[in-house]
Amino acid sequence: MLEVRLQKRFSKAAESAGFELNANFQVQAGTTVLFGPSGSGKSLTLDLIAGFAKLDSGRVLLDDRLLADAGTGVFLTPQERRCGYLFQRAALFPHLTLRENLMLAATALPKLERHRKVASLLDSFRLTEIAGRKPSDVSGGQRQRCSIARALVAEPSILLLDEPSTGLDTTLRHELYEILAQVQEEFAVPLLLVTHDLEEAFLLADQMLVLVEGKIAQAGTPREILTQPASPAVANLLGMFNLLPAEIKLLDPGANRSKLKWNEIELEGPYYPARLLGDRVTVCVRRDEIAVTPKMGKAEKGSLVLTLVGSSETSRTALLHFDGGLIVELPLEEFAENRHHREWSLQFPTSTLRIL
Amino acid sequence: MDFFPLILSLEVAVVATMISLAIALLAGWALSFLEFRGKEVLDAAITLPLVLPPTVLGYYLLIVIGRESWVGAAWETLTGSPLVFTPKAAVIAAIVHSAPLLTKYLRAAIESVDPIYIKAARSLGLPEWTIFLKVVLPLCRRAVAASAVLAFARSLGDFGVTIMIAGNIPGKTQTVSVAIYDAVESGNGGLARTLVLIVSGIGLLVVWLSNRLNSPRALRS
Repeated sequence: MLEVRLQKRFSKAAESAGFELNANFQVQAGTTVLFGPSGSGKSLTLDLIAGFAKLDSGRVLLDDRLLADAGTGVFLTPQERRCGYLFQRAALFPHLTLRENLMLAATALPKLERHRKVASLLDSFRLTEIAGRKPSDVSGGQRQRCSIARALVAEPSILLLDEPSTGLDTTLRHELYEILAQVQEEFAVPLLLVTHDLEEAFLLADQMLVLVEGKIAQAGTPREILTQPASPAVANLLGMFNLLPAEIKLLDPGANRSKLKWNEIELEGPYYPARLLGDRVTVCVRRDEIAVTPKMGKAEKGSLVLTLVGSSETSRTALLHFDGGLIVELPLEEFAENRHHREWSLQFPTSTLRIL
Repeated sequence: MDFFPLILSLEVAVVATMISLAIALLAGWALSFLEFRGKEVLDAAITLPLVLPPTVLGYYLLIVIGRESWVGAAWETLTGSPLVFTPKAAVIAAIVHSAPLLTKYLRAAIESVDPIYIKAARSLGLPEWTIFLKVVLPLCRRAVAASAVLAFARSLGDFGVTIMIAGNIPGKTQTVSVAIYDAVESGNGGLARTLVLIVSGIGLLVVWLSNRLNSPRALRS
């Protein structure tokens, strides 16, 4: 298990804003994804764990081994930490063949063991046939596989991956995901993977850490984070939510209901404990949880009629932009049939209205 | 025509280049890879011979390796012959003339290696010295070779330091640069012209070789 308390400050300089990383978290077995926007401190976090950067205060513990502790001045070199590191590029040594890359990583092992280990890893990652080729003579996917195999030669206690899918096309990306699953299954090494790709994060993560402006804004399973973002910043980052500034107008614990006023519009939600009448809150509602239909005749009771001001389409869904800034996600086919409608009827299922 | 000065110069340049290369690799590695107190002072000290007049360098060397110095005296006790005014002194002169420039070149070559390879090697647990020998040096081998070729040319052409500590003893310490000077002084224009042409030819070949080694593969083919 990895346990970190990291603090690193960069003072404001002439052409760069100051930045402070202040992150505390744990990484258990399985895949932990460190998710955050560019500039939130993700790669710096990995560098501090791997020993490529020195922390100002805090400490790094890996399987009860103290890797760094600012208090006592312990700072193991990257070589002593046993943290495998995968970069955005495969970073294979270009002057060596794939086999030589692995052999070099196995330098510390006895000769016989070295050959056995390298042969076994080349086999596991389907590289035996091309082991004599230089990295420039193999495909991107093969380079990626070799890079992972090389990191595993040194038997790391954890594998740190810094946006490893950057620059890969969809096929290679999925090949990478399969390899990572294989690494979990065969080698049982915990993975700490940095990404700013939400889809990738949800696909790979057993645990997810959301890093915003140098701080862990939320930690949990992807499902937990998606169900209840901890703050407007997290919800914004996930890009799937409407954030509506509202005022609590009614709280009825007996009937488990409440009334919220947003833009002169009344919304009905569940009872919110620890809230008071008149509280100004941010209502968070997922774009795909709002029921939306074209308005035909008289609007249904409890529904809200809004004007469609624009739309954008992805490969599978359409995003409908309504007046007031509300965005609703709809399957593409459903929208295609009704795209000519201006007035739409919206319903907010009570349970979908979360308060942040 | 006496080819001794030319042969001596080539021998001196070969030995001096090899020793300079060893010194420059060590210094280049220390300056690029290590963090230590006085690093900038060491860098300045290595650069100093590039900016000092050769006679000043020669004077310093005479103090350090002359017969009265402890280095010179120790050498004489051990080998039975003095260090100054011998071909060995010519090698020392060539090293002092070429090693600083070679260190500068090699430091730049080492630092031009993509840091991602060094980070990758460190994360694999490889010791620093192994990283230098097995990763960094092979990755900048062409630049190292090109720099060594230039250092060879520089060693071949030293005059000022050589004449100060190795002297001008025909058949013993007279290198080609000193021989040209000697030929001009004594009015032997033919010999001077021949030696000048040979040295210029070698210089041209060396620069061509160095440029070829340093140019990207696509431009070479």
